[in-house]
Amino acid sequence: MEPNYQHLYEILANSQGYIFPNEIDLQWGILIVVYPFVTGLVAGAFILASLERVFKDKILKPTYQIALLTALSFLLVATLPLISHLSQPQRAYEIMITPHGSSAMAIFGFVYLWYLMVVLLLEIWFDYRHSMVVWADEKKGIMKWVYRILTLGLSDISPRTLTWDRKLGYFITVVGIPSAFILHGYVGFIFGSIKANPWWSTPLMPIIFLFSAMVSGISMVMLIYMVVSYIRTKTMDINVLDSIGKYLFFVLILDFTIEGLDQIHRIYEAEESFETIKLLVEGKLYLTLFISQGLIGTIIPLIVLAFLQFYKGKIKLRKTLYFIIGILVLIGVYSMRWNVVIGGQLFSKSFSGFTSFKVGLIGLDGTLMAAFWLILPFGILAFLLWLLPPWKMVQEEE
Amino acid sequence: MKFYIPPQLTRLALAFAIFITLFIVLRNLLVPDTFGQYGHYRGDSLIDNQQPEIHYSGQEACLDCHQEIEDMKQTDVHNTIRCEVCHGPGEKHVSSGDAADISKPDSREFCGVCHEKNAARRQSTIVQIRLSEHNTGKKCIECHNPHQPWEMKE
Repeated sequence: MEPNYQHLYEILANSQGYIFPNEIDLQWGILIVVYPFVTGLVAGAFILASLERVFKDKILKPTYQIALLTALSFLLVATLPLISHLSQPQRAYEIMITPHGSSAMAIFGFVYLWYLMVVLLLEIWFDYRHSMVVWADEKKGIMKWVYRILTLGLSDISPRTLTWDRKLGYFITVVGIPSAFILHGYVGFIFGSIKANPWWSTPLMPIIFLFSAMVSGISMVMLIYMVVSYIRTKTMDINVLDSIGKYLFFVLILDFTIEGLDQIHRIYEAEESFETIKLLVEGKLYLTLFISQGLIGTIIPLIVLAFLQFYKGKIKLRKTLYFIIGILVLIGVYSMRWNVVIGGQLFSKSFSGFTSFKVGLIGLDGTLMAAFWLILPFGILAFLLWLLPPWKMVQEEE
Repeated sequence: MKFYIPPQLTRLALAFAIFITLFIVLRNLLVPDTFGQYGHYRGDSLIDNQQPEIHYSGQEACLDCHQEIEDMKQTDVHNTIRCEVCHGPGEKHVSSGDAADISKPDSREFCGVCHEKNAARRQSTIVQIRLSEHNTGKKCIECHNPHQPWEMKE
């Protein structure tokens, strides 16, 4: 066989039917699956924190700072899967210095910067300022200076200033809720606005992404709260878990309804792409869509959460169930990202063929890299919890 | 009463001012000089794009020497297929004139890329056979001249 065409035979062996030449290879791999997953965790964690603050849900208070720091840890990592996916990651900063007003992709620079610099950092800063001033006085050596720099050199903790901390923090939270919606709605828009792809192109996409983001963020904060309590050998408050579980239950119902609505709409409209999409979901996406996303990530958690709304028996059993549910929901949301990103590239736009996707293990676009970007936020979170421990904060009377 | 500005706000305004100034300075250093010369990209990238090595010569270069093959091709169904579709990039061969610098595919699998039975391909547009059944053991070019497929060899 001619060496010039050798690679073509190998690639063509993985495709079925008629596909266009540029569809042989998937342009967006596993790291583009990780990116909306991580961004979703940020938006979801932040929205949970906002519930506590804006709606004054006292029970959720122990998770407030954990949720904010979780959002920050994942937000710091959110762009990195994109950067390692690029074949020229050293050029990633260019999106910031030469922003393009009419490119949906480039808008991420603005959305990200607004959310990181204006919303999340400010909210954390206002929340921790009093404690950081006190810690700067207590600590010695280098840590004294770290906290002093973090307070931006402002050591005023008079009652009047502290009142303003609360007022301004509340204001940022109120601004933050629509910002969190914009952050993840934007990610959905990136997919939903691609009109050439019938698997993506639906105005419901931003809303679907948003609700699945809330589901995943709430589960993640619940799991982190449980793990942190376990590591600190503190008993976790079952009321907190019940309360988070209740929110998770309601948001999961909304998420399931909207995604179901999208699919019913698709099935009833049965446009010209429908035959291909039907083959896609019954074939290559069967495991990740019906089993992983539908059954494991949605139906089972819904049933168990519904049961937990009524069952108020053994605390240990409830804790175990919440822990398992948290993990199942995260698996489900990750599968949803997979089904959208990878699924949308598996069928040919000719609607007459399919290509296939094999994840590489190594390299900038491989599984190990994806795993690394998923583990790194936990490292950052551990560091942030050490630097800004919520349980050592100065208690203020409201 | 004097208008009160919380000290946090002045401090944050200062921090943002420093950050924005730093950003503007960095941006001036980092944006390439020719950015925006023709559009939303670095003008010099056009020059960069002229640099890559040329691999394909284009059909016209082939015809300088092989016009008779083109005349033969025009009489049969492969008339719209250009030389480098099968022979691969030809610039090296054009400049060296060496026959070893061009690919002359002759395997059954190569013809099969287009002519192997595939339900998604129209039989009326591209004639298709099953490689596993059609005259197995023989090369396609033993009977078909690729430049004139229906003028069967004896």
